[in-house]
Amino acid sequence: MRADADRSNQHETGATMDLMEYQAKQLFARHGVPVTLGVVAETPEQAQAAAEQLGGRVVVKAQVKAGGRGKAGGVKLAETPQEARDRAQDILGMVIKGLTVRRVLIAPVADIAAEYYFSFLVDRSNRTYLSIASVAGGVEIEEVARTNPDAVAKVSIDPVTGVDDAKAREIVATAEFPDDLADDAVDMLRKLWTVFIGEDATLVEVNPLVRLGGGSLEALDGKVTLDANASFRHADHADFEDTAAADPLEARAKAKDLNYVKLDGEVGIIGNGAGLVMSTLDVVAYEGQELAGEHGSGVKPANFLDIGGGASAQTMADGLEIVLGDTDVKSVLVNVFGGITACDAVADGIVSAFRLLADRGEPVTKPLVVRLDGHNAEEGRRILEEADLPGVEHVDTMDGAARRAAELAAAR
Amino acid sequence: MAIFLDDSSTIIVQGMTGSEGTKHTRRMLAAGSNVVGGVNARKAGTELDVDGTALPVFGSVSEAMAETGADVSVVFVPPAFTKDAVVEAIEAAMPLVVVITEGVPVHDTAAFFARAQASGRTRIIGPNCPGIASPGRSNAGIIPADITTSGPIGLVSKSGTLTYQMMYELRDIGFSTSVGIGGDPIIGTTHVDCLQAFQDDPDTDAMIMVGEIGGDAEERAAAFIEANITKPVVAYVAGFTAPEGKTMGHAGAIVSGSSGTAEAKKVALEAVDVQVGKTPSETAGLMRDIITSHG
Repeated sequence: MRADADRSNQHETGATMDLMEYQAKQLFARHGVPVTLGVVAETPEQAQAAAEQLGGRVVVKAQVKAGGRGKAGGVKLAETPQEARDRAQDILGMVIKGLTVRRVLIAPVADIAAEYYFSFLVDRSNRTYLSIASVAGGVEIEEVARTNPDAVAKVSIDPVTGVDDAKAREIVATAEFPDDLADDAVDMLRKLWTVFIGEDATLVEVNPLVRLGGGSLEALDGKVTLDANASFRHADHADFEDTAAADPLEARAKAKDLNYVKLDGEVGIIGNGAGLVMSTLDVVAYEGQELAGEHGSGVKPANFLDIGGGASAQTMADGLEIVLGDTDVKSVLVNVFGGITACDAVADGIVSAFRLLADRGEPVTKPLVVRLDGHNAEEGRRILEEADLPGVEHVDTMDGAARRAAELAAAR
Repeated sequence: MAIFLDDSSTIIVQGMTGSEGTKHTRRMLAAGSNVVGGVNARKAGTELDVDGTALPVFGSVSEAMAETGADVSVVFVPPAFTKDAVVEAIEAAMPLVVVITEGVPVHDTAAFFARAQASGRTRIIGPNCPGIASPGRSNAGIIPADITTSGPIGLVSKSGTLTYQMMYELRDIGFSTSVGIGGDPIIGTTHVDCLQAFQDDPDTDAMIMVGEIGGDAEERAAAFIEANITKPVVAYVAGFTAPEGKTMGHAGAIVSGSSGTAEAKKVALEAVDVQVGKTPSETAGLMRDIITSHG
């Protein structure tokens, strides 16, 4: 039922939050967009009760922050409440694109006369906003875009003037919505625009946007991506966070305000600045290619951890504690180019993390390769030399340090 | 000459009286930049003493420009107030606004960028960027001034620390200008803008372009290079091993037609004969060979 998820545009800032369908629909409802909310269930029993409450045929839909739910078997019809219970039993606990299904949405089966596609989004390439609309079918929109691009209407939106009545009419006309639907479609677009701007969304997608048998329009499924940078003006958005789904190490890192992503290799990585850390992952993977790793496919990075600009000794110590807490990690590479960050503070952080862990009865036994350059690098190297920590060595270049860390991981 | 920023640049700092603003105003002055004052409506009429230099605090950008002739503003104000600060600078017709602030909501950036474009008078660099440095001439932002000296290489980069790393690798050769354009979804100055400016700059002999996964800026730069750039360009792209995201929605791919992966960017660049280094040091080596052979 769903096309594959779009896998682009995810990591450049890490500052967005995808919503599940039922959450997106809650936001839609808040802004007056016609929508059927349905009932969220976390157990088969709740699903059955929800189906009884709704009456008639229902659809049971996996709620995960990923596309492709239908193809993965996460969307099923149920004729009776008992069937709703059985389908929920099947779907709850399924893993879709690496995400475990913990909730299902139970919704009445809609009487669909026609399916359309609609979205507002940030258009990075043209540094403005874009609307995309198509009356040539809903869910398989990417296929339509590829085979019949003329059937997909793209209309650029000026961020200063936004979507007023005239702009909404332009979009509806360009997409060639049926004449008798035009007023309803304009009304819906303007409400979706208030979701996009009012909620600080970077994507508002309705797919499918359906015409019901009675003739009215409804957002049958919705996807919303929120801008986490705007959370200071949306205290309520914190409720949408799926804390249960987070990796425990990722959750700990988040609590310490560190930008950490767990990966599946053996070399723990700590650096400053997202670009340098990403580059460090790449260099470790290159250097580790020829070595025998955990999965027989070369030594690889175990995580991404950016301590950010101007990190304190405390931040460095927190980061090291989290990386060392990962049982998959066999060696650690600290790669810092001090611009704003002072390398002596980084060295102090390493020393205090070693002390802290030793005091706690968990002395560091994993080898640590450190490369410090830039601001106060000499002082940082001197601190490490004097501390003479077990298993800690300094290597002068980024490539050399990456190679050494990969070798140490392979040797263990 | 350098690009966008040179010896004659006169700089004010919006957010100068905040802790980050003060810290980096001090560093910019120490680097020899001509910083002449700051803006903070609540502290208008006061002075900020920075290592013995008394910098006036003005009530508005237009007042600061009238009093000092400033043509560059560096913005350190917090994210919630960044949009208003930048719009104020645009309305005052400030020629160059360098937005260092990290965490600006994308709708705010979209709004101030649209205004800057409509004005036709203001270039914005950033937000969420380290700024711009023309070594030996002027420094507007947070790029450390002591990494390297003036030289023939032009650098444009999405990433701050990779900018520093690359400048460090080639510190003996030196740079005309390094521009950290930032990696936010909407940015004021792009790779393409910088490549064109470096092409036109007589002090720049060759360019390094540093990219990252996400978006299609590198692919667009590749097309631009093929059509417009005759000086040598080498590139580096970070993020080959980054995990694929779980982004929902289909809209992004429909718009750009690009997968946004590092591999796709590398392929696009190599297709127009731009050499792409596997690591920062290999990239620096490629540039070193070009400079040496030009002798």
